[in-house]
Amino acid sequence: MTAVAVPPDADSPACVLDGEGVGALVRELRARGRTVIGPTVRDGAVVLAELESADELPYGWGVELEAGHYRIRRRSDTAAFAHSAGPQSWKNFLHPERVRQWSADRGPDGGVTVRAERPEPTSFAFLGVRPCDLRAIQIQDRVMTGGRHRDDAYEERRSGAFLVLVECTEPGATCFCVSMGTGPAAQPGYDLALTEVLDSAGHRFLARAGTARGAEVLRSLPRRPADDVTRTRAREDVEAAAGRMGRTMPPVDLRALMADSLTAERWDDVAARCLTCGNCTMACPTCFCTTTEDVTDLTGDHAERWRRWESCYDLDFTHLPGGSVRTSPRSRYRQWLTHKLGTWWDQFDSSGCVGCGRCLVWCPVAIDITEEAHALHQEALDRRAGGKDEAP
Amino acid sequence: MKRVGLLAAIPEGSRERLMELGREVSFPVDARIFEEGSRADRFWLIRTGTVNLDIHVPGRRAAVVETLGEGRLLGWSWLCPPHQWHLGAEAASPVRAWEFSAAEVLALCARDHELDHALLTYVVEVIGRRLRAARTRLLDLYGPYGSGSDQ
Amino acid sequence: MTAVPLPYRVVGNRAETTDTRTVELLPVGDGALPAFRPGQFAMLYAFGVGEIPVSVAGLRDGVLTHTIRGVGAVSRALCAVRPGAHVGVRGPFGTGWDLATAAGRDLLVVAGGIGLAPLRPLVQAVVSMPHRHGRLNVLIGARTPEDLLYRDELEGWARPYCGVTVDRAGTDWRGQVGVVTTLLDQATFTPHDTTAFVCGPEVMIRATARELLHRGVPARHIRVSLERNMHCATGHCGHCQLGPLLLCRDGPVVGYDRAQPLLAVREL
Repeated sequence: MTAVAVPPDADSPACVLDGEGVGALVRELRARGRTVIGPTVRDGAVVLAELESADELPYGWGVELEAGHYRIRRRSDTAAFAHSAGPQSWKNFLHPERVRQWSADRGPDGGVTVRAERPEPTSFAFLGVRPCDLRAIQIQDRVMTGGRHRDDAYEERRSGAFLVLVECTEPGATCFCVSMGTGPAAQPGYDLALTEVLDSAGHRFLARAGTARGAEVLRSLPRRPADDVTRTRAREDVEAAAGRMGRTMPPVDLRALMADSLTAERWDDVAARCLTCGNCTMACPTCFCTTTEDVTDLTGDHAERWRRWESCYDLDFTHLPGGSVRTSPRSRYRQWLTHKLGTWWDQFDSSGCVGCGRCLVWCPVAIDITEEAHALHQEALDRRAGGKDEAP
Repeated sequence: MKRVGLLAAIPEGSRERLMELGREVSFPVDARIFEEGSRADRFWLIRTGTVNLDIHVPGRRAAVVETLGEGRLLGWSWLCPPHQWHLGAEAASPVRAWEFSAAEVLALCARDHELDHALLTYVVEVIGRRLRAARTRLLDLYGPYGSGSDQ
Repeated sequence: MTAVPLPYRVVGNRAETTDTRTVELLPVGDGALPAFRPGQFAMLYAFGVGEIPVSVAGLRDGVLTHTIRGVGAVSRALCAVRPGAHVGVRGPFGTGWDLATAAGRDLLVVAGGIGLAPLRPLVQAVVSMPHRHGRLNVLIGARTPEDLLYRDELEGWARPYCGVTVDRAGTDWRGQVGVVTTLLDQATFTPHDTTAFVCGPEVMIRATARELLHRGVPARHIRVSLERNMHCATGHCGHCQLGPLLLCRDGPVVGYDRAQPLLAVREL
């Protein structure tokens, strides 16, 4: 899937890019024919969009996050990556909202010809991938290409994507990557990793390569060898970020907790608040569910199959000839949460949650996945204390 | 005879006393065993063969509503007023059965309370089972929409 | 890769009942899909209308056979296909009945309604190799005598027993009336040495499995075929989840030891 990994400190030692180095990085990636996607301020949010230059990065912008709340705010410094997750994630590019999968034509003799959609060759460079979001990409890799049936179009987009990770030094109040084991420090899977450092010695980035192609790009940039001050400062900032998580998950086996909680009373409580709008599933960087649409043109002889995102909160999601299986909001919230934290393990051998906090932020009624998990944990403890669950 | 159904449900001792009252009978295929509305004064344990329970429909052949097979209890209307069969019964194949007189069994039950209790419990179970089956069929599960509505 | 439907030509389409038809398909070109196993399913595409999962109902002579009940737009379109027309096919998908692991055991096939269709190729396979298994009992529940599928074939399936019972009968039905589990009294099998294959509506599956467990058939030897909404059949769309299972991948055939706790949770 990703390019060959090299030991980060062997043939590509860590180095330092100054503020201008990021500009050079964007120019270099574009010169190599890549579409550079990165964070930029638009419509009152830090969104992911194509960048023509590093000038479009959100220098000096931070975000104020809470469950059901998102605001950008000016910072007192000029940091480019001091914001945490926005409304989108990289799945918007790797697993787009709507794709044509194939077209079919019916000839005058009634014969049908089906043509697979050849995805346009894409060559993305993602700038500013957070460690939690890198894990999210890897989780979607497993879903889309890890099983017996592989999604070729996804694989094409994914293998062409160059990932520039930026370690997290400014977690939001809704972040809990430490609980999920996904951040804030870089973990393998990136082409390049950066850590933003901003102090009296200037605005700079500690950079190292994770792959041969990452090392090659790095070599072409203006850079200097990493100095101890920058290394230490970068490490301390990331360590400090780990201590500033706004949220935690209960420190238990979440998969077991979910499996034991299918008949919990807490679902009624959350169902009384949940609007089943599906915002959490759209914002979640790992939610992958889709539905299909079959369309024809006016002649009726040309048909197309489109795939688009769908949410497990949609009533029709579980439609069968006799009706839907999950009709109650309770069962649909339960499906989402138990899948995300529990049965995802059974299906894809990992958690489906990376602790990015998007589902809290974009929930219109501020339902907090960590609060729900804590409540389910407490209910399980109470149940056990009450002896209801005890083995004979 | 295999000890299934009623005979498995009755404690030893009582079982032997009950079986002393049983008479071996057989019915050829299509034989009418009892008729709807007639006096229910006996019951049968089917040893082999199948029996159709039916409802008389004027101007038509009787409609079968349930089939009873080997080991099953045939008839429970003898146990409660008005002691009339509410369905008809017809041998769907050659049938061999044990036949019991209701009066004799009830007299035995008056002396043998263990038997009385076991028999009543068993009959309630049988009625419950047939009620569940009837309700399941009411669902029309094999209908086009699996008992749901056409949407 | 099975992302795109392969055109198949309709070579047969006959009525089974008033709303159910059996459609036979052969590949149009040289290429054909990999061989299906009994219990697996295909995604059938009606041109311009849509695609639905349909179990294989027959595999003889390389003819892909499906029995389809016309209850929705796509299934009605598939029922209406004329010989010579093209249908798109993807597959094979899902787990099969896995007959090989039941070698030497008594077999109990329990079908409710259209649930007989996925069991037909299993029964045909068993009948074609009579010494590989113990006794074959086929128990069929249908709505009415008129809704009974494959009427002409049933006689050949009694090895030693093939019984039919209906929910409702007209006055000319001389067969049995009642739920399908009542036929168990007439089947001959050694419970602990029996593998059961059950397909039908979920209520019927649960009732049948409960009765089989009661009679001593081990849960892991009761294989049930489950149904959930399906779009992709490739494990990517998320629709067919039943707790930890993706039924297009981990099903539709699932051991009852796995299925029982999941089916017990309402709206899972």
